[in-house]
Amino acid sequence: MKQTSRALRRTATVLALGACFASGGALAQETFKVGIVSFLSGPAAESFGVPAVNGAKVVIEAFNKGAAPAPYNKVGFAGMKIEPVYVDENGGATKQVQELRNLYDREKVDAVVGYVGSGDCLAVAPVAEEMKKFLILYDCGTPRIFEDKQYSYVFRTAAHAAMDNISLARYLKARNIKAGSINYINQDYAWGHDSRKDFQAAMGNLYPGSKTEADLLPKFGAGQYGTEISALLSKTADVTHSSLWGGDLQAFILQAGPRDLFKKTQVVFSAADHVLPGLGDKMPDGVILGARGAYGLMSPKSALNDWWWKTYETANKIYPVQAPYRMVQALLGLKLAVEKAMAANGGKKPTAEQLAAALRNSEWDSPAGKIRMVLGGGHQAIQETAIGRTKYDAAKKMVMLEDIQRFPAECVNPPANVKSEDWIKAGMPGAKC
Amino acid sequence: MSTLVTILVDGVSYASWLFIVALGLTLVFGVLKILNIAHGSFYAVGAYVAASFVNWFAGWQLPPWMSIIALLCAALAVAALLAPLVERGLLRVFYGRDEVLLVLVTYALFLILEDVTKLIWGANPYFVSAPYSLFGNVAVGAQTYVGYDFMLIGVAVFCGVGVWWGLNRTRIGKVVLAVIHSAEVASSMGVNISRVYTFAFMFGILLAALGGALTAPMISVQPGVSVGVVIVSFAVVIIGGLGSIQGAAIGALIVGLARALAVHTWPPAELFSIYVAMAIVLVFRPEGLFQQVQARKI
Repeated sequence: MKQTSRALRRTATVLALGACFASGGALAQETFKVGIVSFLSGPAAESFGVPAVNGAKVVIEAFNKGAAPAPYNKVGFAGMKIEPVYVDENGGATKQVQELRNLYDREKVDAVVGYVGSGDCLAVAPVAEEMKKFLILYDCGTPRIFEDKQYSYVFRTAAHAAMDNISLARYLKARNIKAGSINYINQDYAWGHDSRKDFQAAMGNLYPGSKTEADLLPKFGAGQYGTEISALLSKTADVTHSSLWGGDLQAFILQAGPRDLFKKTQVVFSAADHVLPGLGDKMPDGVILGARGAYGLMSPKSALNDWWWKTYETANKIYPVQAPYRMVQALLGLKLAVEKAMAANGGKKPTAEQLAAALRNSEWDSPAGKIRMVLGGGHQAIQETAIGRTKYDAAKKMVMLEDIQRFPAECVNPPANVKSEDWIKAGMPGAKC
Repeated sequence: MSTLVTILVDGVSYASWLFIVALGLTLVFGVLKILNIAHGSFYAVGAYVAASFVNWFAGWQLPPWMSIIALLCAALAVAALLAPLVERGLLRVFYGRDEVLLVLVTYALFLILEDVTKLIWGANPYFVSAPYSLFGNVAVGAQTYVGYDFMLIGVAVFCGVGVWWGLNRTRIGKVVLAVIHSAEVASSMGVNISRVYTFAFMFGILLAALGGALTAPMISVQPGVSVGVVIVSFAVVIIGGLGSIQGAAIGALIVGLARALAVHTWPPAELFSIYVAMAIVLVFRPEGLFQQVQARKI
């Protein structure tokens, strides 16, 4: 009888252990599939798409090894290995809508993190919402997404573009830089138009009476700026504002530099940090620029930023600029949201609804500072930003940024439930600078 | 007056860059009857090879003016190596087929070359601005221009006159003209059509690659540089008449001046001005300014 009961106990123990290992094995095998969408080809690949994907690769590898610093040091997402699926954003909004459907329906991804182009973001957000699938917009700038519509499944983990131009205007004002007349050169699509409008409104507020001289809107990918530079020099203004980026910005700087445009007007760029490593000594000194956040050379000192900088630089032989920063802050937010949702779900993989609930109104530390989901019903992030001035360092053979000023998130982002344009026009009431 | 001079200089400068590329496009169409969508890709390859050559030459500690030689060598290398490969290895298979099919083939080639350039040179930008500063600055009225822009105007004039002279004053040119007029008759007279096609395609690609190589010092060479130029080049050759050298020159001037006028007087109409000019020309001359109306062969 005693032997029988001992045998039964052993059998029960073996079965229990087996069951335990079996369930542990299943958990270990479970993966979290993430669709990563960014420009892998076309004009936006070099400046934004490829660096962002490079950032995703190194950070996902670190997550899967459990090598990221606390509180991001659990392997994968709460033990689930992260399986990325990379998709090229090139090809237009219609193609992106189809690609997004494919990611959810065929690839069965659990979440999508993507989109640089504002047009792409505006096109894909309603699709994810209709499909009730989880989507993080990591880069695009247009404020319209969460100002014109409410979403349940769509999030943006970076601040929108109003912040970039408000901070530029505040920087000029803080230094009492003369800005009685302003020239503009911005690309002829949503990003360029919105940036010009925001800067114009912010300057109208901080510099009442400032007037617009030349207002140029070259097409995206123009490449040749000789005529535009002549037009800017014909009506030389105190300040010249531009939101050009990527190859367009590089070509503009290369062509405008020898014609002394940068000596005749104070040039301000709203999103230009990414061209600094490539241009080197061709980047004129004294240009005021932003990075759409406290990124790259303007990033704050922290253990997390040190880790991220070293990880990215070691893998890619170049320091991280704005695009990879925005990608990593999206993935860090996603990681915490998945782990929080899993904990609330008894350790099981969360549904899209549970994920959305976990990310809504949340906040987390990123290499660029605190990210807080406070706008758009808790779906749109705000963050601090910084503006600096270029200075080539011949000893280091790189462009540095000096005279950096940091702006708290509430100083340069509108409060909840107020549209950016209305807030700027109203004189930015309640801004906490 | 000062603004007018600025518009003229800007317009002619832009037109010269455009003409070099459009001349190659119109030449290939004139001889081979191929609307080469991939023309912009050869421009991009020219820019990439130029970037590599300039950096390569710089490594040998050669005098700065040699960077201009590097640009020219790059264009020649693309024309000598890539053009025959494409013409003999791909296009030749489709000669005699529907012209629409050839357009699709060159579109496929455009996509392939986009990826090939990325495979070879990656997505990072290349900077080769050394040649851009070789010619100093030139003051014209109240404006200061980079001397390199005037060098481009000289190259464009040289290319235009050279191609016109080559076609109209040399034996080879007359053979090419005979093929343009009627390949069948030229063939029956003993002309090696195949060789003429290869030669004409190589020369067209030389001009595309030269355009890219000479533009490389003014831009960052990176994926996507091929798209913009080919669209405007098509506008140029449509205005001038497909296959016409004089047409390409006048078309480039019209586009350059219309664009410069718009940027200086009404910037939102920059792109619009190009296509308005094209539409006006097409209303009165649907075949383009310098294209003769041709009887349809049955």
